[in-house]
Amino acid sequence: MEKKTPLYDCHVEAGASMVPFAGYLMPVQYTDIIEEHMAVRTKAGLFDVSHMGEVMISGRDALKNINFLFTNDFTSMTDGRVRYSPMCNPDGGVIDDLLIYRISEGRYIVVVNASNRDKDVDWMKSHIFGQVTLEDISDSVAQIALQGPKSKEILAKLTDINGLPEKYYTFAETCDVAELKCLVSQTGYTGEFGYELYCHADSAASLWKALIDAGKDEGLIPCGLGARDTLRLEAAMPLYGHEMDDTVSPLETGLDFGVKLLKDDFIGKSALIARGEPKITRVGLKVTGRGIIREHCPVFIGEEKLGDTTSGTFLPYLNGAYAMALINKSHSEIGTLVSVEVRGRRIEAEIVPLPFYKKS
Amino acid sequence: MNTPKNLKYSDTHEWVEFLDDGIVKIGLTDYAQKKLGKLVFVNLPLVGDVIAIDEAFSDVESVKAVSDVLAPIDGTVVEINEALLDAPGMINDDPYSAWLVKVTVISENGELMDSGEYEDFCAKEE
Repeated sequence: MEKKTPLYDCHVEAGASMVPFAGYLMPVQYTDIIEEHMAVRTKAGLFDVSHMGEVMISGRDALKNINFLFTNDFTSMTDGRVRYSPMCNPDGGVIDDLLIYRISEGRYIVVVNASNRDKDVDWMKSHIFGQVTLEDISDSVAQIALQGPKSKEILAKLTDINGLPEKYYTFAETCDVAELKCLVSQTGYTGEFGYELYCHADSAASLWKALIDAGKDEGLIPCGLGARDTLRLEAAMPLYGHEMDDTVSPLETGLDFGVKLLKDDFIGKSALIARGEPKITRVGLKVTGRGIIREHCPVFIGEEKLGDTTSGTFLPYLNGAYAMALINKSHSEIGTLVSVEVRGRRIEAEIVPLPFYKKS
Repeated sequence: MNTPKNLKYSDTHEWVEFLDDGIVKIGLTDYAQKKLGKLVFVNLPLVGDVIAIDEAFSDVESVKAVSDVLAPIDGTVVEINEALLDAPGMINDDPYSAWLVKVTVISENGELMDSGEYEDFCAKEE
């Protein structure tokens, strides 16, 4: 039996198609994925991402622990900053990728993928040491993502804009939005300007309704997981279970910026060093022939298999079919022409730079 | 829901229009295109291909997924609607003009529905 987020009734009322995802009943679309996608690129969209997990890590040894658990370096991080990091297993494969919020010295909130929540919490709990506590606060926290160029104008109607985080990957711990207490970060998973708002589960429905009302004139519409996926793919943001998993290293999937091999010991460090220079890499493919490439399709040059696609669909804003793939690094040069086998048929594609879409 | 009276319907949401000379046009119903969402790709068979009842002869793709189009009759493809290859959205805009294939009928499945029966069938699916 799937769980419901605190916004379940709002979605049903709005006519969303609800599907099971990561143990929750989530809206996959309200009206049309393409329409929702375009709203985020040109105006604004509102997403319920309350299924994501939140874990509080606190205590005198919190920093030491997160530096050991995660591959990025948090030593120089200051309050109000957000940092992205993979979390690796001892073999250098990815357990999950996450966001770390520094609330204060010795107090961090870690945001994890919904589908990995239990696995992550178990893993972290079994590897923490010293004076630290780890608490899964997911069930009491709701998360709403407001994404799109009109996001700031919309929030300005509900809160003092001086209290909003000004820079990408920063946050304000206490904002009053529509008189509801929220943590607001300038983050997102769409490749567009926007915010993510965390509030108590009990406030979520009021916050959602206030945002929808405030954004009506700006063209804000609710968006489902379908558009969330096409938006993140257009922005070439990796998704756990697609571009990475427990066998793929973060270096192989282009997450080098989140791995600090020069810092002190962390889980996976020796394996990542031992694995050496990655032999595979993540590339972008643009379909030049006819058709749409999905995930798990083999990529070829002639009869030589280079790897497999990890995600792919028709991307609404770019108005074309694109995919990401993990392939042999030796054949990954931009401009390389490949063919991808989709249901027994070969579709021509070209390796193009990532991201496919970058906001101007 | 739009279900023209001059057409027959399959339980897998294809419409069939019987023309003169034993030729039929096949397309996707209004109900089907609404369920699928905006179509972004259509894969059609080749002229001369034989299609068989309840077997896929075409596939259509939305952003979300690929769906097979099943043959409502047995027959041989005599013409394909090539315009759809460049503009699959025509199926969403006007599903009863945007035919997929024309087929010479080899045999008919006696179970095609008329518009009233098909409307009832869709109502039950909801």
